[in-house]
Amino acid sequence: MPELTADLGACQGYANCVVAAPDTYDIDDDGLVVLVRTEIPEEDRARVEEAARSCPVSALKVDGK
Amino acid sequence: MSAHAVGRGPGADGRAVIVGASVAGVRTAQALRREGWTGPVTLVGDEPHPPYDKPPLSKQLLTGAWEPGRAVLLDGPAAREAGITLRLGSPAVRLDPAGRRVSLADGQTLSYDVLVLATGAAARPSPWRPGSGLHVLRGLDDLLALRRDLELPGPVVVVGGGFIGAEVASAVRARGREVTLVDPLPVPMARLMGEEVGAHFNGLHRRHGAVTAFGTGVESITGRAGALTVRLSDGGALPAATVVVGIGSVANDAWLRDSGIPLEDGVLCDEYGRVPGHLGVYAVGDLARRRLPGPGGPQRSEHWTSAVEQAACVARTITRPSAPSAEASVPYVWSDQYDWKAQIVGAPGGARLHRLIGDPDGSPARFAALYSGDGARLTGAVLVNWPRAMLMARRLIAEEGALAHAERELTATGQVSRA
Ligand SMILES: Cc1cc2nc3c(=O)[nH]c(=O)nc-3n(C[C@H](O)[C@H](O)[C@H](O)COP(=O)(O)OP(=O)(O)OC[C@H]3O[C@@H](n4cnc5c(N)ncnc54)[C@H](O)[C@@H]3O)c2cc1C
Repeated sequence: MPELTADLGACQGYANCVVAAPDTYDIDDDGLVVLVRTEIPEEDRARVEEAARSCPVSALKVDGK
Repeated sequence: MSAHAVGRGPGADGRAVIVGASVAGVRTAQALRREGWTGPVTLVGDEPHPPYDKPPLSKQLLTGAWEPGRAVLLDGPAAREAGITLRLGSPAVRLDPAGRRVSLADGQTLSYDVLVLATGAAARPSPWRPGSGLHVLRGLDDLLALRRDLELPGPVVVVGGGFIGAEVASAVRARGREVTLVDPLPVPMARLMGEEVGAHFNGLHRRHGAVTAFGTGVESITGRAGALTVRLSDGGALPAATVVVGIGSVANDAWLRDSGIPLEDGVLCDEYGRVPGHLGVYAVGDLARRRLPGPGGPQRSEHWTSAVEQAACVARTITRPSAPSAEASVPYVWSDQYDWKAQIVGAPGGARLHRLIGDPDGSPARFAALYSGDGARLTGAVLVNWPRAMLMARRLIAEEGALAHAERELTATGQVSRA
């Protein structure tokens, strides 16, 4: 299954990802992204990737088949 | 492939030309491919550099935390893989909508079936022209020139206390330099967020050792790099090694002047980015002056998130013209200044400040300022160092949530997070 990863060193808490896919991304109290799930079913991939692309510092990646 | 087919249905094998190769243009090109466009996609950019992103210019790239490569949006191999032809280093100089042709400065002509205008905006030119040492900050070349001049010892003066000026002052302070920030407005951020919250942003500069000369205009800037003098309207004079001027932006629409495309500091278009009267021509990003539903005239958004969303929507509209797609979300912009991550959602400008929750003076600060246009619903918010509150505010604004409800929810989160 496609896998979602986050670069916590890059994350700035801009939170665009959470707005785009709240079922997959959240943000903690310090303003860092929290991945609600990392295995992304194929049918959700496009939406989760679109959310990843909305990250201004490219901290999110979906890899694999 | 005729233009008409594009207007009628998904003529996805046509020639798409996108002019302007920063975030709006790059994202449109990539999204066209994702949406199934099979025809040629050509992305035209005036700069020789691989397309790069702008927000880091006044942040990580100015402090030196990042090297320019990190801001690249699309390099050669990625473009090839996506089937995007990059035409870099030569600006588009003329558009002939009847003949469906774009001419470049190097003499090339590109024919298109679909055209996306994404030439963005430029820094408003400085009215002051000393011999050297004066900078604006909009592109990579601006950044590199500024970084070079920041090697010169001596104080730095920043003219303009908006987002860019404030971020530049913050980054220059982070480099350990003396900074004075000048703006004719007593509270430069007031236009965006009102006097009270704006005043906290004034205080932020002073807390971090920047000098503010607010409520003071600039009369003249003379001299040369390393030895400049900034004369102020109150009679004062500031010595400066380097001056940065951040006084707003103007749309890059001059190249369209004789094309018949409707212009008004930007390209006039509808909420879908379609240019009225020009089938198959679209505008996205900072260049697009969109007529949105509701009151108010057509507006240019100058925010990254909006540019990204407009790009995705325009690609959908191009590939499925019968079901045009418009950006749905609440306006959002962030700004990083010193130890504050400010996030602004909705439209606090013009609305009334209802309440400030949290602590703007703490170290680190954390607060939420809630605004209402009608005294009943939450219509805007300014959040500092509090992304969870930003998310909540963004959701409540989208839902047209009651102010009282927003206040309760935010106060509750505030208490939980401090416990
Ligand atoms: C220093 C800085 C910091 C910012 N910080 C933030 C921030 O923190 N948060 C936020 O939300 N937004 C921020 N922004 C705004 C955000 O970057 C813009 O909204 C975004 O870049 C708009 O993208 P765009 O592609 O529409 O336009 P632009 O970024 O202006 O890009 C347009 C491109 O078109 C090119 N071009 C111009 N004319 C021609 C021509 N005739 N032919 C070919 N190419 C041409 C230009 O060289 C440019 O590369 C910042 C902007 C700047 C400048």
